[in-house]
Amino acid sequence: MAAVQDKFTEMTWPSSPEKATLEAKNKFLGFWFFLGGETVLFGSLFATYLALKDKVPDSSHPLAKDLYSMELTFAATMLLLTSSLTSVYAMYHMKNFNFQRMQAWLLITVLLGAAFLGLEIYEFSHYVHEGHTFTSSAFGSAFYSLVGFHGGHVAFGLLWILSLMVRNAKRGLDLYNAPKFYVASLYWHFIDVVWVFIFTVVYLMGMVG
Amino acid sequence: MSTYAHKKSFGATVWDYLTTVDHKKIGILYLIAGGFFFLVGGLEALFIRVQLAVPNNDFVSAGLYNEILTMHGTTMIFLAAMPLIFAFMNAAIPLQIGARDVAFPFLNSLGFWLFFFGGVFLNCSWFLGGAPDAGWTSYASLTLESDTHGVDFYILGLQISGIGTLIGGINFLVTIVNMRAPGMTYMRMPLFTWSAFVTSALILFAFPALTVGLFLLMFDRLFGGNFFDVSAGGNTIIWEHLFWIFGHPEVYILILPAFGIFSEIFATFSRKRLFGYSSMVFATVLIGFLGFMVWAHHMFTVGMGPIANAIFAVATMAIAVPTGIKIFNWLFTMWGGNIKFTTPMLYAIAFIPSFVAGGVTGIMNAVAAADYQYHDSYFVVAHFHYVIVGGVVLALLAGTHYYWPKMFGTLLNEALGKITFWLFLIGFHLTFFIQHFLGLMGMPRRVFTYLPNQGWETGNLISSIGAFFMGVAVIILLINIVMTQVKNVRVGNDPWEDGRSLEWAIPSPPPFYNFKQLPLVRGLDPYWIEKMEGKKEMTPAEPLGDIHMPNPSFLPVTISFGLFVAAFGAMYHVDDKNWALPVLIIGMGITLISMLIRSVKDDHGFHIHKEDLENEDDKGGRA
Ligand code: HEM
Ligand SMILES: [Cu+2]
Repeated sequence: MAAVQDKFTEMTWPSSPEKATLEAKNKFLGFWFFLGGETVLFGSLFATYLALKDKVPDSSHPLAKDLYSMELTFAATMLLLTSSLTSVYAMYHMKNFNFQRMQAWLLITVLLGAAFLGLEIYEFSHYVHEGHTFTSSAFGSAFYSLVGFHGGHVAFGLLWILSLMVRNAKRGLDLYNAPKFYVASLYWHFIDVVWVFIFTVVYLMGMVG
Repeated sequence: MSTYAHKKSFGATVWDYLTTVDHKKIGILYLIAGGFFFLVGGLEALFIRVQLAVPNNDFVSAGLYNEILTMHGTTMIFLAAMPLIFAFMNAAIPLQIGARDVAFPFLNSLGFWLFFFGGVFLNCSWFLGGAPDAGWTSYASLTLESDTHGVDFYILGLQISGIGTLIGGINFLVTIVNMRAPGMTYMRMPLFTWSAFVTSALILFAFPALTVGLFLLMFDRLFGGNFFDVSAGGNTIIWEHLFWIFGHPEVYILILPAFGIFSEIFATFSRKRLFGYSSMVFATVLIGFLGFMVWAHHMFTVGMGPIANAIFAVATMAIAVPTGIKIFNWLFTMWGGNIKFTTPMLYAIAFIPSFVAGGVTGIMNAVAAADYQYHDSYFVVAHFHYVIVGGVVLALLAGTHYYWPKMFGTLLNEALGKITFWLFLIGFHLTFFIQHFLGLMGMPRRVFTYLPNQGWETGNLISSIGAFFMGVAVIILLINIVMTQVKNVRVGNDPWEDGRSLEWAIPSPPPFYNFKQLPLVRGLDPYWIEKMEGKKEMTPAEPLGDIHMPNPSFLPVTISFGLFVAAFGAMYHVDDKNWALPVLIIGMGITLISMLIRSVKDDHGFHIHKEDLENEDDKGGRA
């Protein structure tokens, strides 16, 4: 098995660098398991949200159908979906030992993610003005927990990918950091998939009432 | 002798354990910390039984009783039983599969320290205004009404230690999938490894539900959330569902490793291959799966309606089938075996009738219509103590005696061990058998006292006397441990003489790299196979070569400590204390900076060179 400190060229770089060493294999599998646990975590938050949707103390509080706007969430969805695609490009270049291009695509991913986060912050502040806050109703608590937990994951993902990029900027790819980039991109896809569910369950189903 | 075996100064030893990433030492840490919390929880149990020994007793006040009761349950489940199971998993699993360490040694240590600081945080409540008092289930309707910080200690303490458990679960899953020695196929894994595998999967899928539940409670209590506040549209039943979606799998998380330990013991001391190995594996997996389908049997009286109740009742009863398969397999393992009545074996034999009694009352509870009668009575208390003490605790005591030589290199005194066993067994049945009848006679659970002349006096007195038997038994175990360690008579590889799995093929305790050469596994019970062919050790699967080992690290301690500090800040911030927010930020800062250091500092581990290994033949660390 290859060793972590080996130096590589484009010719000797293994085709699955994310699984080339035992440590990498462990990291790869362990991260999949972790995502399994995260699925239950988000599942529980979804269930809570569905149970508390539109549960407000009195009729002065806005409900889901009064709040959500298609334009905003659609734009956010497009940003995040595109960022998933760009992270695939990054991993493609990682597998081809093209460090500069990988970094470039990761940077685009991060920018798209940051734009998504910006939209989300704008959306939240808009809702707060309409009287839909974390403390105003059970609906509010459930909404901000689910969507905010996702947003927190996005923010963490951004910091994670950025710190990987900065840390490895000078030394390029090796079998020690390749699996790290790979699991970070797995995480990014996971966040994306969760968002697809949020878009459907929270926003689309919310808008129909 | 190599350098690492030299006597170390006390300070060096402490530092060694604070930074260790060696699964064997982490196992010892879990044993000590879990054992300590077991004593604390046991003391709380004795207080409960003193208070209930006679009617109208005022040994403790009603409020203090609630705190003691809550802390007893919470401590025993989360801080004693879970970590003690992790102790044996750490001590045995990597050896049983022929690995040099776990998949994530750093995370293994992090898991321990998170559990430890979470547990310490929870117990700080005793000194800081009162312990949690809403029961170990902490139902939201009670939790939101509790006016001390007690339940906040519960919420934050369990959150921290729960993350540790989750990390531990992932670690064992990956270890068992990726780190098995050549020839160690899934269907050659010892049953303890199998049960640890399934338990880890249950941890992975059950604990996040608790994590979410605790977050919601935390938001409601500390950050103005309204999840459970009915006047703001909230719903307290959500907590019950989340808690039991975690809580029922949790009881199987506890019992499956117990089954695993007993399976090892039955085979070893019957000196016979485990009967029906594949059906045992199948039953373990099936129990794990069904364990997720039954949570609402704790909520029959909530008002879910007849259809939901019926479905959950049937699903619950179905679990008895794989459990029954296991019981018969253990009996048939003993059947025709050449049984040796060692202390661990006594526990194993006593476990069968005790646990079956608990299973039977479980089925009774599962009959939803009848459960309206049993629910929230001492009958349920009797049920779960029969399964948890008669199953889990007996297994932990058995495991302590069985694995002691592998962990510490000495054999606990058998005579004292047997005294402990008999006292504990008698005390256990004295305490809990009578509680079935107290429950059927109408005594509700979680009451701090009762009136005379309801026919409950004798039963309660007997129950309290039994508790002291168990207390004495545990004291004798402690004496046994001290005596054994002081005498320090070292034992060889296979102190029980009938070891079957790989851990008995290497020294007790094993060298820090476990196997000098990875062993070649040729079947179920690999060491037994070699012994039957007249060999003394395993056939190596590889030539002698350099061994790669992980570096020790202090970061797990700082990461966990940071969360411990932050939890105080989060908790006191509701009191408008102006130091609270800074403390929260400092704590999170410690954690995040430690994590950042971990991720940017390369850690490649180190190599033990072949030449050094060759000089170590006296240590006998051969496969
Ligand atoms: C045949 C297997 C089992 C069945 C059918 C069963 C069934 C049940 C049912 C229906 C209840 C709810 C009773 C009520 O509150 O009215 C219950 C409670 C409980 N069971 Fe079991 N059980 C089984 C095995 C176990 C095992 C193996 C454990 C632990 C190792 C366990 C631990 C508990 C605990 C802790 C409670 C009480 C929780 C509480 O309310 O505080 N059970 N069981
Ligand atoms: Cu249950």
